[in-house]
Amino acid sequence: MSSVSGSPAFQAVEGDEEVIIGLEVHCQLDTKTKLFCGCSTDYRDDGPNTHVCPICLGLPGSLPAVNRKAVEFALKVAKALNCRVLEESEFSRKNYFYPDLNKGFQISQYDKPLAVEGWLRIEGDDGEKTVRITRVHMEEDPGRLVHKGGADRPKYTLVDYNRAGIPLIEMVTEPDIRSPKEARRFLNKLRATLEYLGVFDSEKEGSLRVDANISIQPRGWFEAHGKGMEGRGRTEVKNISSYKGVEKALTFEITRQKNLIRRGQRLETATRHFVETRGVTTASRSKEMEQDYRYFPEPDLVPLRVSDWCERIVLPELPDARQNRFMDEYGCSYNHARTLTGDLRVAEFYEKVAAVDPRIAATWVADTLLGELNYRDMNIAKVSPSHFIELLQMLKEDVITDKSAVEVLRVILDQLAEGCQCEAPSSCVARLNLAKTADDGLDAVIEEVMREHPQAVEDFHNGRKEALNFLVGQVMRKTRGRVDPGDVNRRLREILPPGGT
Amino acid sequence: MISERDVLHIAELADIGITREELDEFTGQFNDILDYFDILDQVEAGAGAETGLYNVFRDDEVVPSLPPDEILGNAGETEDDFFRAPRVM
Repeated sequence: MSSVSGSPAFQAVEGDEEVIIGLEVHCQLDTKTKLFCGCSTDYRDDGPNTHVCPICLGLPGSLPAVNRKAVEFALKVAKALNCRVLEESEFSRKNYFYPDLNKGFQISQYDKPLAVEGWLRIEGDDGEKTVRITRVHMEEDPGRLVHKGGADRPKYTLVDYNRAGIPLIEMVTEPDIRSPKEARRFLNKLRATLEYLGVFDSEKEGSLRVDANISIQPRGWFEAHGKGMEGRGRTEVKNISSYKGVEKALTFEITRQKNLIRRGQRLETATRHFVETRGVTTASRSKEMEQDYRYFPEPDLVPLRVSDWCERIVLPELPDARQNRFMDEYGCSYNHARTLTGDLRVAEFYEKVAAVDPRIAATWVADTLLGELNYRDMNIAKVSPSHFIELLQMLKEDVITDKSAVEVLRVILDQLAEGCQCEAPSSCVARLNLAKTADDGLDAVIEEVMREHPQAVEDFHNGRKEALNFLVGQVMRKTRGRVDPGDVNRRLREILPPGGT
Repeated sequence: MISERDVLHIAELADIGITREELDEFTGQFNDILDYFDILDQVEAGAGAETGLYNVFRDDEVVPSLPPDEILGNAGETEDDFFRAPRVM
């Protein structure tokens, strides 16, 4: 039965709403040259307009030619996202007026994209879920604009075309995402997948950009009608360029839309701009409707027939498969396996150090190391696996306590963060005298503590259990964590006169 | 058929002001261009851009770019090796 607005098929409950999100993700494909010319894509450390030629400048008479590698990379993505590759696809001109486009149009794909109808599994708010991929297509990156003369009202624009023509892959999802957190998880999974494929480098600045469509609907409405409610138009938030930015922009937008709905206002479909520095979205002047782009097939390029290439593509192990293997092969917990495989560099680091002891390594990489790196905003690529192996070895052989290991790790990471050559963990342990105190040494410390705190000893004797914790704490303090608190506790119970109960 | 409203809309998207006289002139020119397509429409179906060609590629090999002074040589205005354009925000 088809459900009509107002029919009994759907009953809206006031105040019970859900967020409907769809994403358009643009990633730069990690080729050596641009999509339609031989200019190098390695432009980030160079001055403006140094990676430009007549083709990417769109000079009259220049002819674009498609980079085969870019198509191969895009097909890998299409296959990994379980898409159907169209038998024939083609490039189209998307016309609009803006100085980031030197030609007055962007070469993109329109009604014949490379691939359609895929999906990606993510961890949703209520367990695993599938996000459907509408389409995957290729296009060229526009140039970069610098607005000069006052942040609020720039006086003029500077244009650098080094980025113009870099191959982009655009991936569009169905409106299957239900929260900003799910949006972030989707992006993380997508990033990991693209990096596993070796077609994308997320470390490169500006290599990812996201537009997010978001609206708030009465719960169940969207599913029942396949579209939003009248007066609940969606916002397209543009200009999101970081993973954290997506969650921030969407959270802001939900609050903004909810406030308008509460005041009984209609929401029209609109385009807004995310301002990363302020964490807000602002209305943007965007009057272009689809027909204004005057899409038409690019006359300078012939169509692609590449669907049969897919059979030849052998996909590498992707994040889900690696996660399962980490659980089987290394005995990782589900959470550890998920964390360790969520980033290609982390997964590879773990595999390099796991031989020492897979479980100790999993805990120390997934929990400790990633936390410490995150705190310093550092990349795991800076950490030497051989140093980490040394640290794990000392832990495994009980040479240092957990607490000392954290200290060594922090010292080393701080050295790396300052750009210094870091010392080997073993020399750090020696220099800071962090090796575990031998048992006889421990007894000496315990006796010293008991001498200094006779009242606590007395209290313990009188059955006050907190006194024991106090004494353990004092021993830990004197040894600066070089002893295991469990050992201290055990030894104290042996040494102390039995407590009356 | 292109109306004066269509021309005004396109002028607005391009962020250019046009005069009353230009509006008449451009509307006439737009329609003249469209009339040529009527001629093309008389050609038998299938005579479009059918070249039989597909999959024309180049390899992913770097070709030197042009030096910035050549790139910027034809620019109306430049600043620090950037093209300089009017305000767009």
